[in-house]
Amino acid sequence: MTKGLLQLDNVSKVFDTVTAVDRISFTLAEGEFLSLLGPSGSGKTTTLQMIAGLTHPSSGAILLGGRPIGPLPPYKRDIGMVFQNYALFPHLTVARNIAFPLEMRRMRRTEIARRVAAVLKLVDLPQFEARYPQQLSGGQQQRVALARAIVFEPKLLLMDEPLGALDKKLREQMQLEIKHLHKRLGVSIIYVTHDQDEALVMSDRIGVFNQGRLEQIGTVEQLYEQPTTRFVAEFVGETNVIRGEVRHGANGCCTLETAEGPLRGRAHHAFTIGSAALISVRPERLRLEAGHALRSDGDGIPGHICEVIYMGRLRKYVLDTQGGQKLIVARQVAGAEAKSFAVGDAVIATFVPEDAVVLQDRHEQGGD
Amino acid sequence: MTGAYPERLWPSLRAAFCLAVIVFLVSPMVIVAIVSFSSAPFLTFPPPGLSLQWYRKLASSSVWLDAIATSATIMVPSATVATAAGTAAAVGLARARIPGAGLIASLIMAPMIVPVIITAAAMLGVFRAWGLQGTRAGLILAHTTLAIPYVVFTVLAALRLVDDRLESAALTLGATRWRAFWRVTFPLILPAVLSGLLFAMVISFDELVVSIFLSSPTVRPVTVQMWSDVRGDVDPTIAAIGTLLLAFSVCALLLETALNRQRTRPLETAGTGPKTGPRTGPRTGPRTGPRTVPRAAR
Amino acid sequence: MNDRGDARAWLVVPAILIVGVLFAYPVSWLLARSVTEPVVGPQNFKQLIETPVYLKALWNTILISGSVTLVCVLLGYPLAYTMAHAGERLRRLLIFVVLIPFWSSILVRTFAWMVLLQQKGLINKTLTDYLGLIDQPLTLIYNRTGVLIGMSHVLLPFMVLPLYSVLTRIEPSLTQAAASLGAPPHRNFLRIYLPLSLPGLVAGGVLVFVIGLGYYITPALLGGPGDTMIAQLIEMQIADFGNWGLAGALAVILLLGTTTTFVFVSRSLIGVR
Repeated sequence: MTKGLLQLDNVSKVFDTVTAVDRISFTLAEGEFLSLLGPSGSGKTTTLQMIAGLTHPSSGAILLGGRPIGPLPPYKRDIGMVFQNYALFPHLTVARNIAFPLEMRRMRRTEIARRVAAVLKLVDLPQFEARYPQQLSGGQQQRVALARAIVFEPKLLLMDEPLGALDKKLREQMQLEIKHLHKRLGVSIIYVTHDQDEALVMSDRIGVFNQGRLEQIGTVEQLYEQPTTRFVAEFVGETNVIRGEVRHGANGCCTLETAEGPLRGRAHHAFTIGSAALISVRPERLRLEAGHALRSDGDGIPGHICEVIYMGRLRKYVLDTQGGQKLIVARQVAGAEAKSFAVGDAVIATFVPEDAVVLQDRHEQGGD
Repeated sequence: MTGAYPERLWPSLRAAFCLAVIVFLVSPMVIVAIVSFSSAPFLTFPPPGLSLQWYRKLASSSVWLDAIATSATIMVPSATVATAAGTAAAVGLARARIPGAGLIASLIMAPMIVPVIITAAAMLGVFRAWGLQGTRAGLILAHTTLAIPYVVFTVLAALRLVDDRLESAALTLGATRWRAFWRVTFPLILPAVLSGLLFAMVISFDELVVSIFLSSPTVRPVTVQMWSDVRGDVDPTIAAIGTLLLAFSVCALLLETALNRQRTRPLETAGTGPKTGPRTGPRTGPRTGPRTVPRAAR
Repeated sequence: MNDRGDARAWLVVPAILIVGVLFAYPVSWLLARSVTEPVVGPQNFKQLIETPVYLKALWNTILISGSVTLVCVLLGYPLAYTMAHAGERLRRLLIFVVLIPFWSSILVRTFAWMVLLQQKGLINKTLTDYLGLIDQPLTLIYNRTGVLIGMSHVLLPFMVLPLYSVLTRIEPSLTQAAASLGAPPHRNFLRIYLPLSLPGLVAGGVLVFVIGLGYYITPALLGGPGDTMIAQLIEMQIADFGNWGLAGALAVILLLGTTTTFVFVSRSLIGVR
């Protein structure tokens, strides 16, 4: 097990009867940007608070630089944190806010002033020293909160849904700024969000949370192409999920008997014949052909188009399949003369087995 | 305060200190209650035994019974009129556009802010000229005046929480303005009105300073009777009547607490959302409506 | 807002009439007495300023009220803090306990202290007989001590409730952020929490001070001759001497003191932020 900067080892948090965090383990490398992604209440913020020291884990260990930080109170951990509502001190100016951690570390006045000025320049707010947080816009407050959390050069930065209160355009701009800052400073970041697009844009790796459990952790590509659970498949990106029974499987490939007929997909572990399973195909991996019946080569699902949604870059088709399912197919709008289908058309949705993933059918509802 | 890490010493010190403060706040009244059940013939603590003798003395004393009756006959009309006038004023201030509303509100609230001794002296001077000094009517008028600000304060706070769009909605559904008020707004502010009524009753029953000035040997509320006894020879009868007064207050407070809980619920589920204030943090302060109203100097 | 709410404007009339006729007029009448009785002129104010007894009483009033305010701050802050950070049930219990004195008669409460503070009252008995700490009973009543204890008891809720109201509005994330930035608990409190709680402290303090200025019952029952406050002076002038002019002058001074404190404090509060 690589040591890395931060290590969580079977960390759990139980409140009365509710298990908010259930045996989370992961390692964060130096300089890595890790997002904790999941719906509200899935335990990501609680995990962050335990790392920061604002909450005690009920069990498990947290190690920073190889040493357990459990007994360390939050003011001794040297970890920067950006809160959801920024938590800027309203009675202090921007400069005093940012200077605060440096004053806590008893730095010299001149040194403090220099650093504050430097970090304000870094977040692009050079003239704002004398202002008060209430006088700033949301985006500006965001940046001050960020500046305050990095001014004392922590090795680890925790961010708890910092962009939630901003509007879309501003959010996208801030995402890029944070990403750039990350590259410049080389600090490790753990970033909590419920917005998967945000996580996809910013992260080196993503940990997907669901009901207190860490369902999967990996790069964006790993999560997207090789989800290990239904929740991850549905939460990261969009997908179609079809139930079936395992017919046979070999060499990482598996065939399921479904209401749409036999379907094949990649499988990461061995499934017992006859067990229930799911097959997941992303909308953009489905192709559409006109027609009523299956051809012999390739897997296909016949059906009728019941809805067409034009989205600029994409066209989404909702299909009513013969097996009674609703499928979503997404095709790029390729140009003026490209072929497109209309409501009522009889079509066949096809895909190659490499584009589909077979998952365990856990019978519990994932997500909220 | 900083999260989970318990500062070991501080919480226990603080808890002990707060316990001491609470004891400081409550024990005097508990002691009075205990003394009232004393079996000793004079004021002593702790009492050697328990007995109802002082309450029996109260019940058989025409002086005290008259005093209680006087207090009651003053309290009922004054609390009622104060609640009616105060509620009306609150509705007017909250819903109608009145020129000089700020000034009018200040005027109506003034009895709450001006030190009671001034009010008492002033009323004595003027009421005497009008022949109202020493009369029941005079006391009723005085108590009404003192109670109105508290009713207005309470009902106004509740009205501000009720969305006036509710009445507009009722109007679009065919109600007249009068019916829209009675059927929609009034039920929603009723807990506050009742709170105000309770508070007005307690104010009247407990009122002392103005009553000292405006009462006479024949028209004497309970508090004034207590006042004259307390400065003479003290015996536990006073403790008994004091305990009764306390019981009255505590019951009123309990009622008001129950009402207050009732008050916040229907407004929350109505879906009209919070009407005022910026987005505050996770904890919105508790509603400290009428209870924190400063009872003017005594 | 309503456009045809004019008819409802008349709803304020009963209250205005009652308060106007029965309160505003008498108070104005009384204040006017200060310069019209026994003759027109400022002689009453002159008399007040030139008589040491009166000056001392005025000074006493400010001193006593100020001391009570200080005591209430010291006692009330920890209590309000505990209330603000307590769990739901404890908090409701504490609010109820703080409200009980608020809704009870001041006379009864003061009387309770008379019982407790006497020579042979509970406190002295505990100290001499039960605990054996002292030989002679302490004089706790009919002096400054009694007044301070009694008034602090009565006025404490006026400090706790406004303060509590402000404390609950302090975002918990602020102290959490301070901790994450390296502030140990005592610096966290002094640099972040205390400054943010200041408006509540000031509000409570002003309330206690201003109400204390005009207090009558408690100093009358628990104090000695050297603890006379301005309200007692007013009563004396009217009941004993029938001197309405002087009473009016005292009322003017008391009212001025009350309003200036309010205005002064709200001005400086607005100036700060």
